[in-house]
Amino acid sequence: MTRVAVLAGGRSPEREVSLRSGHRVASALRTRGHDVVLLDPSETPFVESISAASVSACFIALHGKEGEDGTIQRLLDLLELPYTGTRPGACERAFDKVLAKEAMDAAGIPTPAWAAVQVVALRDLAAGPILHRIVERLGLPLVVKPSRAGSAMGLSFVEREADLPHAVMNALSFSDAAIVERRIDGPEVAAGIIGGVEPLPLVEIVAKDGIFDYAARYTPGATEYFAPARLAPEVAEACRLQAADAFAALDLRDVARMDLLVDAEDRPWVVDVNVSPGMTDTSLLPMAAQAAGIGFDELCDRILSLALARASG
Amino acid sequence: MAEFTVDPYADRYARRTAGMSASEVRALFAVASRPDVVSFAGGMPFVQALSTEHVLEVVGSVIAERSEVALQYGGGQGSPLLRERLAMLMAEEGAAADPEDLVVTTGAQQALDLVGKVLIDPGDEIVVEAPAYVGALSAFGAYEPRFVQVELDEEGMIVERLEAALVRGARPKFVYTVPNFHNPAGVTMSRRRREQLVALCREARIPIVEDNPYGLLRFEGEPEPTLRSMDPQNVIYLGTVSKVFSPGVRVGWALAEPGVLQRLVLAKEAADLCSSNLNMLITERYLAGERWRTNLEGLVGIYRARRDAMVEALGRHFPADATWTLPRGGFYVWVVLPAYFDSANLLAAAVERKVAYVPGTAFYPDGRGRDRMRLAFCYPTEDRIREGVRRLGELLSDEEELYRSLSG
Repeated sequence: MTRVAVLAGGRSPEREVSLRSGHRVASALRTRGHDVVLLDPSETPFVESISAASVSACFIALHGKEGEDGTIQRLLDLLELPYTGTRPGACERAFDKVLAKEAMDAAGIPTPAWAAVQVVALRDLAAGPILHRIVERLGLPLVVKPSRAGSAMGLSFVEREADLPHAVMNALSFSDAAIVERRIDGPEVAAGIIGGVEPLPLVEIVAKDGIFDYAARYTPGATEYFAPARLAPEVAEACRLQAADAFAALDLRDVARMDLLVDAEDRPWVVDVNVSPGMTDTSLLPMAAQAAGIGFDELCDRILSLALARASG
Repeated sequence: MAEFTVDPYADRYARRTAGMSASEVRALFAVASRPDVVSFAGGMPFVQALSTEHVLEVVGSVIAERSEVALQYGGGQGSPLLRERLAMLMAEEGAAADPEDLVVTTGAQQALDLVGKVLIDPGDEIVVEAPAYVGALSAFGAYEPRFVQVELDEEGMIVERLEAALVRGARPKFVYTVPNFHNPAGVTMSRRRREQLVALCREARIPIVEDNPYGLLRFEGEPEPTLRSMDPQNVIYLGTVSKVFSPGVRVGWALAEPGVLQRLVLAKEAADLCSSNLNMLITERYLAGERWRTNLEGLVGIYRARRDAMVEALGRHFPADATWTLPRGGFYVWVVLPAYFDSANLLAAAVERKVAYVPGTAFYPDGRGRDRMRLAFCYPTEDRIREGVRRLGELLSDEEELYRSLSG
């Protein structure tokens, strides 16, 4: 029996989501015969408790800051503990939407036209008037999101220029920079990728009141999901290819979920990258896996086995 | 092209659950409950002030002497002796109460639910204050009323506004109010307003639901008469021992005229048969003798000092154009910020800076209140209160700077 730790909780705004992911993952891995200890890195003293647990690998079920931005990964590298998912530097880049957007632009991966607004620029450089320029450049409607946050927290849709400052302030409550992005109108899909497995079927997201926000994500029944997505085969294939390209361009490892929008001309756009996708009962990656015939227990085990392979290698 | 069924019950839920959804604010409270966060969010009584030895003595004597009752079912109305003690608590505030007119509930929160169950049909109008206690909004909300919100000021509900609403055609089933040390607004209804409200409701034949959890937590000044004492026939009174003893025992009550009482008791039995005999016996013993009174005086002193610390810190650290109420008792200060602040959005940044509050939006069913926040001073120590208000003040000042730069 392999002894492993599932890391969940943390102190990001997604703590609650992470605890839900972590409990499900822990129970799945137990079902698959592992000896599982569930640890919350925000409970001190983490270094002592993870060392004392003497585990062969860690399953990272943390979401948001510290769990997805490379912090926990760097710590585990120092402790020489193998873990699921991406290396620290690539985590840092994927989690920060400004850096991820730049990397995807450089790699030619289509992502909606965007601009960043940094809190420092507003405070120290009095850069407020930049908002008007952003609207001139990107047009309307826009989507505004925090550069470093998840679960659609701090996200707003902007139809009128007058609403942009409020939306930017909203996003800056979660992060020190906001991304302002051209809004793509069309079906939203999630593309799950697991290392060593064929790309998973796409999951199509249809929020009942039109916006896939926090409530729509975590209230069972508030959103309809279709897996596989109801897209023409060639469009679905294009989405999966874009997702795979983004996975490679961002140097991701083991597991990730890309969120894409498909515009009126059937072009896919990558709008979000998650290095530690949600594993709750309403999360997208488990749905994608299930559509491919991979049950939740097996999904967790497969992801874990990628980390365990590094442990023995 | 299978639709992926996340929740096989999705098409089975009752309409009344429509408002029951996950929320960002709720998720943030999960982080705010960590010990390094100064939380002004929850209205948690400072139960550490209770003497463990005293409580042990009370609980021990119940188990030693009455375990055959304590571990058994009880009557739906609650034990007669406890009802006498609860009537005594009401007498402390000058309200005469016959223990026979009283039903013991699982906290006053259950009384709110039972009142809703007994009085509200879907679509009925009910009057609540603006802002209103969030727990009442959710308890009543399950019975699908239409909320008519009536503004309040330093003197409590502005009764003229209620009158105007009635003139415009509102026909509420009842008027719900927290007249003493309001949750969330911290204000107390003046004598004049009490008289106006009671007279208006009597004339219009609209019952009043008077929710009085904080009445005995008075820091200064003379108590105002309860609405119930001013018009017993037309007032349903709700009380609780959560603030004078412990919220953990879940003992509250409703006092009402016989017709209403009968339905409340039947509804109570349908909900949970009876309150916990064990907890009722503990409460009854705790309230026997005089010691609870000394404990309460101690508690009031603690809360008063915390109120003082908070109000003083607000004056020092909050923006000059913010205003707040000065509660003369209870748990809460209500802050009104300049309109460009959005306290719901700001909560994430506050939690990041290790301080938490409840955004004003929680207290309005119609989405207002973004420029308001409720600060509970009951739980953190004075030093923690000063530190928490300092953190919050710093955040607000940074936010103001951000707003200025964005609005050119």
